[in-house]
Order: sequence, then C-alpha cells, then structure tokens
Amino acid sequence: MNFELTDERRMLQDTLRRYLSDRYDTATRNRILGSDTGFSPEIWAGLAELGVIGALFTEDQGGFGGAGFDLAVVFEELGRAGVVEPMLDSAILGGGLIAALGDDQQRALVDEVIGGALHLALAHYEPGARYDLSRVQTTATQDGDDIVLNGAKAVVANAEAAGHLIVSARESGAVDDPAGISLFLVPAGSDGLSLRGYPMISGGRAAEVTLDNVRLPATARLGAAGAGYEPLRTAIARANVALAAETLGAMETATELTREYLLTRQQFGRPIGTFQALQHRFADMLIELEQARSAIINAAGSLEKSPDARDLEISAARNLLGRAGRLVAEESIQMHGGIAMTQEYELAHFAKRIVMADHRFGDTDWHLERFIDLSAA
Amino acid sequence: MELNYTAEELAFRAEVRAFLDEAVTPELRDKVRNGRLTKQDMENWHAALNARGWLAQNWPKEFGGAAWNAVQRHIFEEEAAMADAPRIVPFGLSMLAPVLMKFGSKEQQDYYLPRILSGEDWWCQGYSEPGAGSDLASLKTRAVREGDHYIVNGQKTWTTLGQYANKIFCLVRTDPQAKQQEGISFLLIDMDSPGIELRPIILLDGTHEVNEVWFTDVKVPVENLVGEENKGWTYAKYLLTHERTNIAGVGFSRAGLDAVKRMARAEMHNGRPLIENPHFAARLAQVEIDLKAMATTNLRIISQAAAGQAPGVESSMLKVKGTIIRQEINDLARRAAGPYALPFPSEALEGANEPPIGPDYAGPTAAHYFNNRKLSIFGGSNEIQRNIIAKVKLGGGR
Repeated sequence: MNFELTDERRMLQDTLRRYLSDRYDTATRNRILGSDTGFSPEIWAGLAELGVIGALFTEDQGGFGGAGFDLAVVFEELGRAGVVEPMLDSAILGGGLIAALGDDQQRALVDEVIGGALHLALAHYEPGARYDLSRVQTTATQDGDDIVLNGAKAVVANAEAAGHLIVSARESGAVDDPAGISLFLVPAGSDGLSLRGYPMISGGRAAEVTLDNVRLPATARLGAAGAGYEPLRTAIARANVALAAETLGAMETATELTREYLLTRQQFGRPIGTFQALQHRFADMLIELEQARSAIINAAGSLEKSPDARDLEISAARNLLGRAGRLVAEESIQMHGGIAMTQEYELAHFAKRIVMADHRFGDTDWHLERFIDLSAA
Repeated sequence: MELNYTAEELAFRAEVRAFLDEAVTPELRDKVRNGRLTKQDMENWHAALNARGWLAQNWPKEFGGAAWNAVQRHIFEEEAAMADAPRIVPFGLSMLAPVLMKFGSKEQQDYYLPRILSGEDWWCQGYSEPGAGSDLASLKTRAVREGDHYIVNGQKTWTTLGQYANKIFCLVRTDPQAKQQEGISFLLIDMDSPGIELRPIILLDGTHEVNEVWFTDVKVPVENLVGEENKGWTYAKYLLTHERTNIAGVGFSRAGLDAVKRMARAEMHNGRPLIENPHFAARLAQVEIDLKAMATTNLRIISQAAAGQAPGVESSMLKVKGTIIRQEINDLARRAAGPYALPFPSEALEGANEPPIGPDYAGPTAAHYFNNRKLSIFGGSNEIQRNIIAKVKLGGGR
C-alpha cells in the first residue's frame, strides 16, 4: 500500500503548481476568459515547454508518462489554478486518439501536440444525442478512392483552434450501434466543413460543426473501418479521469477560498467561521473532498483494466464528483454570500468549472446508470 | 378545512388570466424567459398594469392602490409567473411605499406616491454595505446634520437596478454613539446629487443587475428624512416584512417546473424522452412533491394574513423552503439541457436573426442556475432565516 506520488510525479506537480501560481492569477484568467480565442497561446507554449503535455503521453508515444496517475496529477493542478486552456481536448482526446490509432504519418501529429504547435478537437457527440456514446448519425460514404462525410456535431470544444478535427462517422449499422463507427482526421478549413463558434459559460470555446459533403482521401481514416467505438470509449475514459481530477483541483481551491473567508469575514462582531452552523457545513465539504480524491485514485488506477471494469470505476468517480462537486460549489457560494456572485471574485470561476464539468461525457445521472449497468453485468 | 378557492376568487383568477393573455406578448415572454428585459420593457409593463389599476396591488384605495387582499395578490403573482410576465419592480411599489404610508409625512406621501405609480421615479434600495450584509445593523454610511441638510458619506452595495434609478432610499448612521440599531435613520436621496457615484457589479453569469453606490459629501435636504431621526431601524424592519411577501415564489417554481418538463419531453436519452428516464423522473417528482406541500403551506399563511394575522416565523420557513425548491428546479433545468447548457453566446452573437445554439430552451439554463444562487443569499440569507426560526422556538437556547 503506497499512496505517495513517485518522485517524478511530485516534481511535475511542484513545477506546474509554481508555474501557474506565478502566471495564472485572477486578472490573467479573466483576461483570457474575455479573449476572442478563449485561451492564451503564451500559457499554452509555456505548458508545452515545461513538459506538461508530454507527461500525458507514454514513452512509446513520444512522451514520458501517460498513465492514469500522470493525468490525475496534471489535471488536478490545472483545476486548482482554474486553467481554461484546452489540454483535455488537444492532448487527451485528440492526441490520445491519434497516438492510439494513427499510422506513422498520422502519429507525427502527436509530436506537434506535445511541442505545443498543434491543437486538436474531438467532434463526436451529436445534436439531440446528449451523452450517448454510440449514437452517431453522421455518415461516411466511399466515393471512388475518397470518403465523403455528412452530418452535424454538437458543442465541439476547441474546434476553432484545432488544426485537425477527429470526426466520428457511421459506415454501417443502426444509429446507436457501437459497431460501424469510424474515425477520420479532418483538416481545419476543409471544403464543406463549417464551424459556428461561441464561448462556454465555464471558459474556453466550442463550436457547432457541420459537415456538408466533406471529401477526404483514404489516408484521413484513423484506425480500422467501423472499429472506432472502443478506442473512443478508451479516450473518453481517460478524458473522464482528467476531467474528474480537474474538478477535484477546482474543489480544493473553492474550499480553500471558503476557509480563508470563514476566518476573515466579520459579522456580528466575530469571524463567521466561529459559527458552528457554518463549521459543520465546512467540515462536510472537507469530507466530500477526500471522498472525491479517493474516487479519482480508483478511476486513475483502473485505466489498464478491461473496458467494463475500467468504466465501472470511471462512472463511480464521475457520479461521486458530480454530487460532491455540486455540494462544494454551492456551499462555497452560500457561505461567502453576495461576494461569490460576482465575476470579479475568483470563486465564481471555480464554481462554474466544478458544476459545468457535469455537462461533458455524461452527467451525474448518466454515470449512475452506467455504474448500475456495469455492476449488474 | 376548505382547499378550494371561492367562486369570487376563481372569477378573479379568470380576470387576471384574461389580462395576462393579452398583455404578455410572445416577444415579451421570450425576453422574460431569457432574462433580457430592458428598462423600457419594465416601464411598459408597469404602465400597462397601472392603466388597469393593478400596479399598486397592496396599496389602499385612498393612495390609488388596488387594495387586494393576500389571496388576490397570491393569485396574481402565481398567474403572472405562469404566464412568464415581467416581475413588478418592487423597490418603490412594495418596499418604500408602505413605509411612507405608515411613517412618512403627508408632504412625502403626496409628493412621492403618485410619482411611483406614474413611473416618474424609479427607486432603488441602499441597505447592504460591504461590511454589513447579514449583520445589516452594523452599517457605517454616515449622515451628519449641517443646518438644513445631512451630509452623507459612505458606500452601499448590491443595489439592484440602481443603474435605472433616479432615487435611492438609504439606511444611514446618524448617531454613532448609540447602540447599533438605535443610531440609524431612513433617508430619501436623489441619485443625481453631486457626490454620488454608481459602479456596476458584473455577476457570475455576466449580467449587470446590481451596483455599488458611493457617497462623498452628498447634501440631502432634512425634509428627506422619513419619520424620526434614529428610528430608521424600525422602519427598515417594517419594510423587510413587506419584502417577504411572495417570498415562497410558488408561481416561479410552477413555471420553472413546467419549463423543465417541456425540456425533458423534448430531450432524448438513449432513444427515449428524458422525462421517461427513471432517475430524471425521480428528481422531478421529488421536487414536485415538495412544491405541492409548500404551495399549501403558503396558502395556509396567506389565509391567516388575509384574516389579519401577522405572519411570524412562517415567512422565514417559506423563504428557506421556497428558495431551496426554486434552486433545485434551476438545477434540473441545467441537467435537462445536457451538453447544450455549456454554450454561453453573447447577445450580439445571438441577435434577433440568429438561430439559437442547440435547442432554444437550453441557452439560459446554466446562467439561471448560477444567477439564482442569489435567492438563498439576498433578502436575509437562509442562515439568517434559520436563526430567526430557531430563536423563536428555542429562545436564548443556552
């Protein structure tokens, strides 16, 4: 039994924490949130230079980490600092899928991601499909040597910055059949590809993506025809570990801000943290925080298991984080009072990161249902 | 025990509904649903109600009010919320006016009350300060008498819609030596006075609905004092009891629950409508069960009030339960929107000619969820309400 981080991971954690605490203050973050791109290219380059992106890939893939605990360490720090840069989309989803499935030529893109030169986005979920992983109506049809894509993709994070979109499309099977889904690398600016971009409420940008007779060469195919579902499931499992860890980091900061406020805010002639009604609620936040930490350890340690055993832990973590996160976000706001309702005070941002994590890759109920299904199996 | 409305009350409800059917146009309803009412929209709404004689619902007839009883007011509030009608801006009508009627001078009543009705004056509230939130009586804004004027210095905060107001009613400290509650006075101040500066506070959903108001040597004529000097706390407490009418927000909750159901019928989850999903349906049912009971609690208290009994600790109970239910409904709406709760386009991007991003109901759900965290904070936080309840039932306690 050893729950200590390895020396390498502790170093990575220290380096990243220092870098972000020096550079990612509230004013900087608010400037980034209000920017047209939704993230800072300077911060992105800095993170690449520190090796943070490389830590998310294995040595075989050109990195020096890539295990569940590497993801957890990096994303917990990103969450603690309230970072909105698209690490999850470019590295975990985009880079992860290409590293897992790509041929030699395609895998060269992973080096560009690790170096910070290339952004990626996964265009998988579709309008009206909510979080259903296998519901793909976008079609891929063979036309001579070419492949032609038609369809629409919903809330594609980081789509505008991405040099390539990884698009899922159906080549065979019923609309919700796991078999028959293929993945394609679609370069930005391809004919027939259109993006309608917008900011997201918790930071970063996304786009509605329309594919109207997007014509691709056969070399655009990522992995085997019709076999995209399991790799997608794996990439999204890793993304869930990252997202849960990021949420944990944001919960830590929200809790710390609340602790400081309880100790300093004076009402009725004393710090409000001396009121037992608030003390007990703060204690509950700390209890849930440790539950969340453990759930993420369970999930991060499960990435090498069979897909079902892995996803059982993933869904357990996301369900628990959904509940604990909501408690921490709402109680932090409530115990602060009005000040927490303002955009200027940084708690608002952390509360939004925590709560809105529930809107990616399945919400609290979606993961509860999957946990039930996988437990019964 | 009679749970049904009387024939007169039902006729009144029909009358209200007929008015709202006509007055709430589809454009107006959409603006209300998306939280994008302009100052002009609110003024138009007041004017429409005033033309019908329904603006000053709680005022006695002699001041030009509708003199509705508690049941009538409840019926209107419920119907208005269900129709997605704009809310009546309460600061002049239901907060200041009752104070003026009870404690103001004849001159103040004659001058100010008609201007509230006509919309000539838009009042805002100067109560909270950065250091005086839940502990309101610790307020520090100072008013010093100099001849025929008070000189006011200090800062107010959370001033709702202050950017539209030309008048502000303020609690100020006139006797710093007295016990906290005994040195406070109630002043009416012109927002155009030299030395007043208004600074917007942007809330976490990007909206500008509250402000800071700064006072630097602001001269206020002594005739703008309401009632007696150093008796302001009594008037403020009286005002707060009026702020707590419609505190349960039953109509808003019913309208919100209907909206969630509409969404959950449209959203598909694994090929079936979300509303058929057992987990979502259970969440929905639980809040509906709570709301049904709370609505009856609300009616019990309203009928006591209509019979002339002053509400006591019950209004605090309604505030706590009512806000928990409304916030839970906001949470359900956010969940129902799924991934489309994330987009947060600016108004320019979502202009009149642009289609919404995703389903039209999804856009405002997350913003409403975050914005309505305020419900359990303002108007006496839920912690303060629980203190009131506990104090009444446990006394000193120890």
